Amino acid sequence: MNMRTRLIILFLLLASMAGTAQVSLVRVADLEQRFAAGADTTFIVNFWATWCKPCIAELPAFDQLHRGIVDRPIKVLLVSLDDPEEVKSVVEPFLKRKGFQPECVLLDEPDANSWIDAIDESWSGAIPATLMVEATSGRRQFHETDFTYAELTKAVEAFMRVAR
Amino acid sequence: MILLARVLLIPILILLLAGRQSMAGELPEGVAVGDAAPNFVVKNIDGRNVGLSSFQDVEGVILIFTCNHCPYSKLYEDRIIALHKEFASKGWPVLAVNPNDPAVEPEDSFENMQKRAKEKEFPFPYAMDETQVVAKAYGARRTPHVFLLKKEKAGFRVAYIGAIDDNARDAKAVSTRYTANAIEAIRAGSPVEPAFTKAIGCTIKWREE
Repeated sequence: MNMRTRLIILFLLLASMAGTAQVSLVRVADLEQRFAAGADTTFIVNFWATWCKPCIAELPAFDQLHRGIVDRPIKVLLVSLDDPEEVKSVVEPFLKRKGFQPECVLLDEPDANSWIDAIDESWSGAIPATLMVEATSGRRQFHETDFTYAELTKAVEAFMRVAR
Repeated sequence: MILLARVLLIPILILLLAGRQSMAGELPEGVAVGDAAPNFVVKNIDGRNVGLSSFQDVEGVILIFTCNHCPYSKLYEDRIIALHKEFASKGWPVLAVNPNDPAVEPEDSFENMQKRAKEKEFPFPYAMDETQVVAKAYGARRTPHVFLLKKEKAGFRVAYIGAIDDNARDAKAVSTRYTANAIEAIRAGSPVEPAFTKAIGCTIKWREE
């Protein structure tokens, strides 16, 4: 391997690492569209924020779930409720520092009252909260709670068992 | 949360809460708009007890579950003070109650509440819900969480539950002041619309067993 190839590989490596912490801004409609276009995917959507202690405590469980998925159509999606203005200064550096792998988007919607019910009517608005969506049927399950890894995998398996 | 479920499922509590449970069976649903407001007594930061019966010559009480540590509560601190200044003279004072267990969140200890209230010169009582029975009885789920309690002959009645306004992050960008509008509607004798709103907030830090 010559120097140039090595440099290119290094560059690609760094680029892919940087890519994991890129957080785009989305609206609720974007999320819904994504679920609708999800084919056979089961979405595990975690609502969190960098300012929310119990959220940060449970993120490793979602990271572990994401890393453990092999040949199964499960998509772990983190939805940050941080201030959109802090996406570059706070949210992305936080994810990078922690090395969390799942894709993260930031929900850019100010009036929570207008969209919380669209996610789930039982949601009070407290976080952490997790939504499971089976894209084929549109079936949903909502959890206003925090999870350990064991609890999370159990909940995901239970949700997917019903799906089949 | 599993622990929480266990705490909340203690039969006595279920009796107290008249069996009204959320779908998940974990958190008590508490009161709904139109329900009689349960009375309570909590300890204010000045060491004195405060409760609904402390408010005699009022039209109603703006009960707000809030705390020190939660960033959303902090975002609303100045707006809660402003609400009190705007409405206390019209018969609607604020009563702020911290429902969090300081063992879980030390920033919400009684001493830290006293400190914060002094720094910000809270013009309203800021009390601690030590046993968390008030938060449970009302079904408070997050901080901040507002309950407007209208005074009637026989006691207080819940007239509005929800958010302070529609923009937590930016007070200047608020377009609907849900709580203020609800008070104005009650005072005008018109129906409160909306009487129930939601907002993002911090979970209540329930006592761990």
